[in-house]
Amino acid sequence: MQTFLRNPHLRRFGISFLVMELVALMTGPPGSTQTPTAGFRGSFFEASSFYGLFRTQRWVVFLALAVVVFAIWSGWLTQGSVIRTTTSKALTYPRAVTQRKPVRWSLLGVALIVALLLPRIVDDAFWHSAMTEQIGVFVLLATGLNVVVGFAGLLDLGYVAFYAIGAYTTAWITGSLPTPAPFHGHFDPFVAIPVAIVIVMVAGILLGAPTLRLRGDYLAIVTLGFGEIVTIFANNLYGITGGSQGSGPIPHPVLHVGPLHYVWSLKPVPYYYLLLVFLVIFLIAFSLLEHSRIGRAWTAIREDEVAAESVGINPLKYKVMAFAIGASTAGFAGVVTASQSNNVFPSSFTLQSSINILVLVIFGGMGSIFGVVVGAIIIQVAYSYLLHTPPQGYQSADLYMYLGALLVLMMIFRPSGLIPSRRRQREMVLSKAGEGHMDEVLTGDTP
Amino acid sequence: MGAFGHYLSGHFATFRLEFWSLFVGGVANGFLYGMIAVGYTLVYGVLRLINFAHSEIFMSGGFAGYFVMKALIGNSVPSGAATVFLIIVGIVVGGTAGALVATLLERVAYRPLRRRNAPKLAYLISAIGASYFLFNLAGKEFGRYSISMPQPYINHPVFHIFGAAVQLYYVVIFIAGVVMLFALDRVVATTKLGRSIRAVAQDAETASLMGVNIDRTIALTFIVGGALGGAAGFLFGLGTGVVYTMGFVPALKAFTAAVLGGIGNLRGAMIGGLLLGVVESLSVVFVQAAYIDVIAFGILVAVLLFRPTGILGERLGRAA
Amino acid sequence: MSDLIFNVDSVTLRFGGVVSLNDVSLHQKRGEILAVIGPNGAGKTSLFNSLTGVYQPQEGSIFFTNREGKVISIIGKKAHRVASAGVARTFQASRMFSALTTFENVKIGAESHRGIGVIGAMVKGPRTRRGERHSDERTEELLKFVGLYDKANVISSSLSYGDRRRLEIARGLATDPQVLLLDEPAAGTNPAEKIQLTELIRKVRDEMGVSILLIEHDMKLVMALAERLYVLNFGSVIAEGSPEAIRSNPVVIEAYLGSSDDESEKSPS
Ligand SMILES: Nc1ncnc2c1ncn2[C@@H]1O[C@H](COP(=O)(O)OP(=O)(O)O)[C@@H](O)[C@H]1O
Ligand SMILES: [Mg+2]
Repeated sequence: MQTFLRNPHLRRFGISFLVMELVALMTGPPGSTQTPTAGFRGSFFEASSFYGLFRTQRWVVFLALAVVVFAIWSGWLTQGSVIRTTTSKALTYPRAVTQRKPVRWSLLGVALIVALLLPRIVDDAFWHSAMTEQIGVFVLLATGLNVVVGFAGLLDLGYVAFYAIGAYTTAWITGSLPTPAPFHGHFDPFVAIPVAIVIVMVAGILLGAPTLRLRGDYLAIVTLGFGEIVTIFANNLYGITGGSQGSGPIPHPVLHVGPLHYVWSLKPVPYYYLLLVFLVIFLIAFSLLEHSRIGRAWTAIREDEVAAESVGINPLKYKVMAFAIGASTAGFAGVVTASQSNNVFPSSFTLQSSINILVLVIFGGMGSIFGVVVGAIIIQVAYSYLLHTPPQGYQSADLYMYLGALLVLMMIFRPSGLIPSRRRQREMVLSKAGEGHMDEVLTGDTP
Repeated sequence: MGAFGHYLSGHFATFRLEFWSLFVGGVANGFLYGMIAVGYTLVYGVLRLINFAHSEIFMSGGFAGYFVMKALIGNSVPSGAATVFLIIVGIVVGGTAGALVATLLERVAYRPLRRRNAPKLAYLISAIGASYFLFNLAGKEFGRYSISMPQPYINHPVFHIFGAAVQLYYVVIFIAGVVMLFALDRVVATTKLGRSIRAVAQDAETASLMGVNIDRTIALTFIVGGALGGAAGFLFGLGTGVVYTMGFVPALKAFTAAVLGGIGNLRGAMIGGLLLGVVESLSVVFVQAAYIDVIAFGILVAVLLFRPTGILGERLGRAA
Repeated sequence: MSDLIFNVDSVTLRFGGVVSLNDVSLHQKRGEILAVIGPNGAGKTSLFNSLTGVYQPQEGSIFFTNREGKVISIIGKKAHRVASAGVARTFQASRMFSALTTFENVKIGAESHRGIGVIGAMVKGPRTRRGERHSDERTEELLKFVGLYDKANVISSSLSYGDRRRLEIARGLATDPQVLLLDEPAAGTNPAEKIQLTELIRKVRDEMGVSILLIEHDMKLVMALAERLYVLNFGSVIAEGSPEAIRSNPVVIEAYLGSSDDESEKSPS
């Protein structure tokens, strides 16, 4: 029996089968509190037809899929290395081409033009608001979190708290909270940008300075708790934040510089362009930062904190710096979201969103600015698409289930992400070979 | 004495009046925290990492217990003997579900990374992913509202201490908690499994040279910790009902308890759990209920910053 | 007074019950090549860690005199502060930034003690550029000095043992130190590399004026380089003096012969 179970083919088939049935469950209809087994019944025993070609029960369909997966898996085991070398050989030339500077710049130029024309290309009300609220804002948030997680190697699970503080600062400055605005003024959201960035940066430093000396896993929990606390306060301080009712209406920004005059409104596209402008600024700044002294210091700390200290780098200073930069990016995103959506609710700043942003960073590739942008766009487009045309049985909260599974899969199969940063990829490979001291930063096992 | 003095003295009067009933409730919560906290500590001992998905082990125990209670009780009113039986069944089923989920977790989210000698950051992310996957899957399947569990007993006061009524629910938790935590302590201290766990906790490399099967020990550690977490999930659900997000807050608090007692230290986790439960319960007098969670978190940050090794110090190997 | 670069007085360092350093006193003159020898577990690395702010001894004092003649107390200082004050080191098990190139490794050392303006780094103004150029030049210089210039763009984890040691020396020198602490620099290197290393260390002192504090098991290398030696055993200094004096010191011979578990020790010959 034991030897029978150890049979590699059987094992592989068993795993394929279990995974596919899990997929059946994930894609099946939801259950409910009253009928908590309905989901299971519907996932496995519901009759299913494939465009009317044949009719059968769902579990049979997924059994068939399991056979397919098993076949592909077995094929990969025998042919995988051949396929891999062939594809990498085929990709050598395109890779080398994209490494060339002029090619890179023109690709970036094309991407920018596409981004500028996007509201024209996809002329649809749903997608206009999606590309602003879901894609633009989250790409910006992911870019900021990438500085913290990717560059400095700090796992921040309360990132959304800074986003919330930025949004609430906007509401405060514009006089939309129960608590009176400073100087009794009702400022324009544009005024909120510097104020929010400063406040959020200070919050980041206040949280970061004491906690960033903690081991990585402790830091993750502390930031997670910080995120929760901000939500608890936002929910309960009725006299200050408006509690769960949220803020009053927040005015839209007005731009008035010389001959330029523009009034934003509920329309999402103008906000899309506002985001795009700032996103480009942030991206340029972060990529300069990555290749500067500061970026190298972050890499040094991430790889070997003890060695970094031995050449005079103050790890805490650089970590706080990364934290504050990431936070202020989120704060800025908060300003835009607040004025665009016209009000702030505590429910928009849950732990789920923090994890969502983390997935964007991990999926794209920690530390790779380009990867994170691409990854964030892919995931947020998929999310919006599922929102727009939900498949049968899909609920919008199911997204988190898929994102969770994605995190695990990424860590198992491609830890350095879709488009890895070169340094990060090396680190992952090196730690496999027992090189480097990355873990010590996390476990605190110093020499 | 100003207004604040009156405020305080008013609260202290309530405090004196309510002390014992709050204390009893706090100890009950403390046992639950302790049962979850030992799971964190055990896994930390052998893997040197915090099992972020432990909250979902707890949640699975809650749901498993719910289904079994629903099937066995339905709309009936169980007799006294049946109550004892039902609670034992609930604990066993909750514990089994917890152990099962813990095993799956170890297999799927941790072992592949261990094979690859992945950096710790990867483990954390993988565990967070697994946690998200599990509780959102539960949300999809079982709905996203709290369900109350069919009660195996009428929750009447059993006896009084210092005028405070002790409900049957608390008595159940006390007995279950004491029995399970004591059993765990003995298992780790005296059995062969316990010796392996301690050996791996002290030095995995040496342990494996001495013939300890590391994979097996780690798997069994997850099972033991998972069983206690799952059982705690059932006991918690008995009082509060079950919902897909039920694991998050208790697990965060249990983690606080584990850190408070010194992560990696079994008895520390138990003591930390009791301490946190009581402190949190008593602080109800002074703080609005909505901010109770803030207190636990404040304790966590304070301990991490000022005494990261906790009350009893770290190390499963030495202190247990 | 100020010709003592290190003035270590009665330092005791404990880890729980383990006493790693027991009442250790040590003096190093500016410009001296000083060696610390002793069997494994004697406390040599612990001494280095105490000198660099990585460990905090419970008793005693450690003073370092910087370039300006200012006397600085090391105990209670963070490691990065000690490094910025002018104490550079290498590690027993080499610790490079393995995913970075040789050049980047050294450059991190060269630029670490410069001010860190975020805005400057983002905007890349003329000052930042000048700083970059300066670090690049310094890095090139040092790579040539240690003989790694041809491997500047190699990922540091693919370097040989000997090259890693030299890389760590270059990285340490890049911080512009007054003293360089070398923890078993010859471990894992072949005889040819050992000769090169000996020359390199002497050149560091002679051409750069950097004092050297050296832990080493290879007696040939120690005797060729060191002007004075300290011998540690079980956390205590058991002897101090010139190479000749140490070689014939019966206490030292006893200590080495007594440590049977240590095969890397050739008896001092
Ligand atoms: N971080 C530490 N924690 C506990 N004990 C330590 C630590 N560092 C060094 N020691 C102890 O100090 C003693 C001296 O070690 P070390 O300085 O590394 O010796 P050497 O470098 O001479 O071989 C050893 O017994 C070692 O176990
Ligand atoms: Mg040593």
